[in-house]
Amino acid sequence: MSLLEVSDLGIEFGRRRVRALDGVSFTIEPGQRLGLIGESGSGKTVTALAIMGLLPPNAVVSGSVRLGGDELLGLNETELAKRRGNLVSMVFQEPMTALDPTMRVGRQVAEVLRLHAGTESGPARERVVAMLAEVGLDDPERVADSFPHQLSGGQRQRAILAMALINSPDLVICDEPTTALDVTVQAMVLQKLDEALTSSGAACLFITHDLAVVSQVCDQVMVMLDGRIVETGSVEKLFTNPEHPYTRGLVATARLDQVAPGQRLPVVEDFYSGGRR
Amino acid sequence: MKRAQLVTGLILVGAVIVAALISLVWTPYDPIQVVPGQRLLGPGWPHLLGTDGFGIDIFSRLLVGARTTLIVGIISVGIAAVIGVPLGMLAGQVGGWLDQLVMRVSDVVYAFPALLLAILLASVFGASTLTAMVAIGVASIPAFARVARAGTLQVVASDFVLAARGAGTSRWGIAVRHVGPNIAPVVGVQASVGFATAILAEAALSYLGLGTPRPTPTWGNMLRDAQQYLFVAPLQAVWPGLAIAVAVLGFNLLGDGLRDYLDPRLREVP
Repeated sequence: MSLLEVSDLGIEFGRRRVRALDGVSFTIEPGQRLGLIGESGSGKTVTALAIMGLLPPNAVVSGSVRLGGDELLGLNETELAKRRGNLVSMVFQEPMTALDPTMRVGRQVAEVLRLHAGTESGPARERVVAMLAEVGLDDPERVADSFPHQLSGGQRQRAILAMALINSPDLVICDEPTTALDVTVQAMVLQKLDEALTSSGAACLFITHDLAVVSQVCDQVMVMLDGRIVETGSVEKLFTNPEHPYTRGLVATARLDQVAPGQRLPVVEDFYSGGRR
Repeated sequence: MKRAQLVTGLILVGAVIVAALISLVWTPYDPIQVVPGQRLLGPGWPHLLGTDGFGIDIFSRLLVGARTTLIVGIISVGIAAVIGVPLGMLAGQVGGWLDQLVMRVSDVVYAFPALLLAILLASVFGASTLTAMVAIGVASIPAFARVARAGTLQVVASDFVLAARGAGTSRWGIAVRHVGPNIAPVVGVQASVGFATAILAEAALSYLGLGTPRPTPTWGNMLRDAQQYLFVAPLQAVWPGLAIAVAVLGFNLLGDGLRDYLDPRLREVP
């Protein structure tokens, strides 16, 4: 049985029924890492929020999202809260705003344990410090006692990573976890994410717009365009033999080393111009 | 420069608190006992600020009056905050029709003059410190509800609340652990400004005879007593007036200073 089964997921927003997702279907097996790439506004984050049940109240959802066999759509807030952080957790894009400025980082990471495992604060602290060390923070004791504004972006993003991983969820959804970081920190965070996922055996839905990042973490990739999945396949296949013209455009723009000097750089529109809104 | 406001506010408020504390253990003269032979003395020695129309030492009455002023401030701000803040948080977090209901009702209360409410209460239950505190407290609920609601809306829309919900925190948990601490600064500022308003309102009510009745000294009813001797002993009205001005100014400065101090956009880079 697949861990996550999304079938024919459609989402519309507001009274005017703006269509954000249309007939999205995919599955994630236990331990599998699936990348989801697409440009901004293509529906990647909405997909993640739909799985988490965190869509705003004006979203109209159709289709089915099954986690471990249970249908998630239509569950009430209490049932969803039991699963969030326990079976599925999420790493958010903005490290600067995803931590509560009034709460010490260690306590924030420990919240997940307190909520789901009922761990007392004493033992929880040891696990928090161990987890912060595991995601590559040099001085985990000090980080645990710090407020978010006392940490750098990279430190915060790793604390958020620790928060998502500490309760060993079956599925971790990463929504552009490294987009806000500079390239060196990005590489380090990705490596730590890779190690942590391997050691816990969690599956991962990795959302990004960066082909290089996706190839570092994932084995399977989906390409999303205007709320639809236009292509699915292994990372190698996507890079060497992209089928959809939009994917060909993406790959070509990422491979700038193959452009002869003096030639115009390729843009996605050279390959795909139809269907743009 | 930013700190100057805060420090001045703290000093003035501190002076009022010290005066109230001293009055608990010591006053130069009895603040209530009428002394017929010493009416309307001017400032000097041994009566520092003179005596009033009943021959009572004004300085002693001022000290005891600070106590009433602070108690009225604390209780009425307490009533307003304890009712207003949870209502505002509820309205902000639940939204929809409940939000509309709470805010429209609070608009109605806001539009109703506090003085009229106090007169109503005083005519039903009799004029006392308690009715004044309840009237001021109830009239200040909307201000707290509005501030709390605005803060809650801002916090609930933030990424860290989404992240906390993603970690499985319940609505109640969000309110207690995330919304509460994050709106505490703005509620604190409102409390300080509300304190100033309450002091002024209590003085007005006492002056009109709708607040604390004689012989308990308050700055408001001292002003009232002084009124009839205004041409004989004008300084008598100056002292309680000055005390009210100092207290109101102090709490307003404290509120403004806190606002600037807590607002990260205005914080000076060290």
